[in-house]
Amino acid sequence: MNLLATIRLAFNALVRNKARSLLTMLGIVIGVAAVIITVAIGVGARVSVQQRIASLGANLIIVQPGSVTQGGVRTGFGGASTLTPQDGMAIAQLPGVAAVSPIVNMRTQAVAGGNNWQTLITGVAPTYTYIKSWSLASGRFFSQSEVNSIAKVAVLGQTDVHELFPNGASPIGQTVNIKGSPFTVIGTLAARGQSGMGQDQDDVILIPYTSEMQRLTGLKTVNLLMISAAGASQIIPVQNEVTALLAARHRIVAPQPYDFQVRNLQAFAQAASSTGAVMEFLLAGVAAVSLLVGGIGIMNIMLVSVTERTREIGLRMAVGARARDILRQFLTESIVLSTLGGLLGVMVGILGTVFVALSAHWPTIIPPQWVLAAVGFSGMVGIFFGYYPAQKAAHLNPIDALRFE
Amino acid sequence: MSNVVDVQRLRKVYPMDADEVIALAAVDLTIESGEFIAVMGPSGSGKSTFMQIVGMLDRPTSGDYHFEGRDVASLRDDERAAIRSRRLGFVFQSYNLLSRTSALENVELPMVYAGVPEHERRRVALEMMSIVGVEQLARHGSNQMSGGQQQRVAIARALVNNPGLILADEPTGALDTKTSLDVMRLFTELNQERGITIMLVTHEADIAAFARRIVTFRDGHILSDVANEERAA
Repeated sequence: MNLLATIRLAFNALVRNKARSLLTMLGIVIGVAAVIITVAIGVGARVSVQQRIASLGANLIIVQPGSVTQGGVRTGFGGASTLTPQDGMAIAQLPGVAAVSPIVNMRTQAVAGGNNWQTLITGVAPTYTYIKSWSLASGRFFSQSEVNSIAKVAVLGQTDVHELFPNGASPIGQTVNIKGSPFTVIGTLAARGQSGMGQDQDDVILIPYTSEMQRLTGLKTVNLLMISAAGASQIIPVQNEVTALLAARHRIVAPQPYDFQVRNLQAFAQAASSTGAVMEFLLAGVAAVSLLVGGIGIMNIMLVSVTERTREIGLRMAVGARARDILRQFLTESIVLSTLGGLLGVMVGILGTVFVALSAHWPTIIPPQWVLAAVGFSGMVGIFFGYYPAQKAAHLNPIDALRFE
Repeated sequence: MSNVVDVQRLRKVYPMDADEVIALAAVDLTIESGEFIAVMGPSGSGKSTFMQIVGMLDRPTSGDYHFEGRDVASLRDDERAAIRSRRLGFVFQSYNLLSRTSALENVELPMVYAGVPEHERRRVALEMMSIVGVEQLARHGSNQMSGGQQQRVAIARALVNNPGLILADEPTGALDTKTSLDVMRLFTELNQERGITIMLVTHEADIAAFARRIVTFRDGHILSDVANEERAA
């Protein structure tokens, strides 16, 4: 008998027992659907985390002041006041560095007309928008000459636009008072929403770092240096060069500890993707268990079917079926059953994923290779769990089978 | 005429706990091509065991069996299956039609395993169904046919591969008297007009009376082997 005829025969046998075939498939259907839905949610979450990490900045390296020990008390990271804008300028000369910006932060009240709002005033260099891949909603960003001239210019995040200029008029050209200094608004930032840590990234006013240091904080040091490497492959070499450069500039000799710390966001990305890998591994485990249970269901029903159809098997043998014909017939039935179950499961899984995406607004991605793997694996479940019953059928003694009541 | 079946000193013993049951002691029998032979005997006489061995559904404990000149003992299971599908036709007491399958598909079944192409299967099956008078039932399922109709479909199924021997095991056991006589007339017709060799197993004398030769079994031996001069019709 050819393959097509065998599959048709198996199909007919399954159609004869519609309700039972459907119930048998249900185990596989639920297993595969559960796998598709959980994978879609898991992969969707992982990709959105990766996108958020990528949005933190292009090939970003951060230099933070390190810990210092003063009279036996260690301050923790950021405690040392040793990073200067000059360190940043030196770093900018290194090969593989695309851009550097000092970062100076301060929370204080901003006042515009009758409105005031406590916000984060961040002093940066003009390279900041490039490093953070942040575009402007309107106006312009400040230039290097404005940094050099310690200009009183500001670029507003969208939250500050709404809080300080609630009437909807353009804030460009308006004045914002920060700690008594009037800053002229020259641009607004595009909305960014919440950061990965849940902070409102739009609640910020950017001013030249020179202005912030000399007019607001009065300090000679900065909170951070943000560095953008020229490419993903440059991140580690740049990190090493920056470490060596700063150690030399700060005259640190081993075994003295560094008074700064150089970090990149790849660690975050790696942590996120390894979490994702663990998730996928767990999901694969769930898949294996649910398909195993579904497979046992199939084996159970196939054994019942072999017993029920003992006379049919005897008759087929009497009219010339070889053991391998019987084996193939029952094996095909169980493979058709499990593969159909897998296909139905994929459909249910895709519908379920669409439902989750629409109702919970979770990001979901259905990877096609998981769909193929789920269908393929359910087919293999059919072979594995169908073999024993089929083998049992093929080795029935024709006389006993014909006499069976 | 050539021998279809030739058995010598055929013996079949079933182990039963510590004891053993001798179903066939030492049976010698030849069946020539074109014969219509009835095997009679009470329950436990060994006639059914004999039919199963001749039908290659079972193997003897010892003794020789040649079918159409081939030594059956030397054949592998697959070769025996091939002979069952191409050279033997079975008719059972309980018809053994596949349920929820049309009469036509039931008749085609032996040809499926013999590897006959589909259109040829259909043609031959319809031809055989018309010979036994059930061609109008081709699309019917077994639950839509009377016992006599089902047995005729089963006979058509036994005929499709032009077998060298038809083995009929109590073919009228489940039928009423009138239908039984109809079925036996069909066997007689197939034997006389088409020269088909038939071995009939029955315990009823009036059914055996249709055969040309009657072999009676008792306790695993052949009690008598006589030509039937006064055949029923």
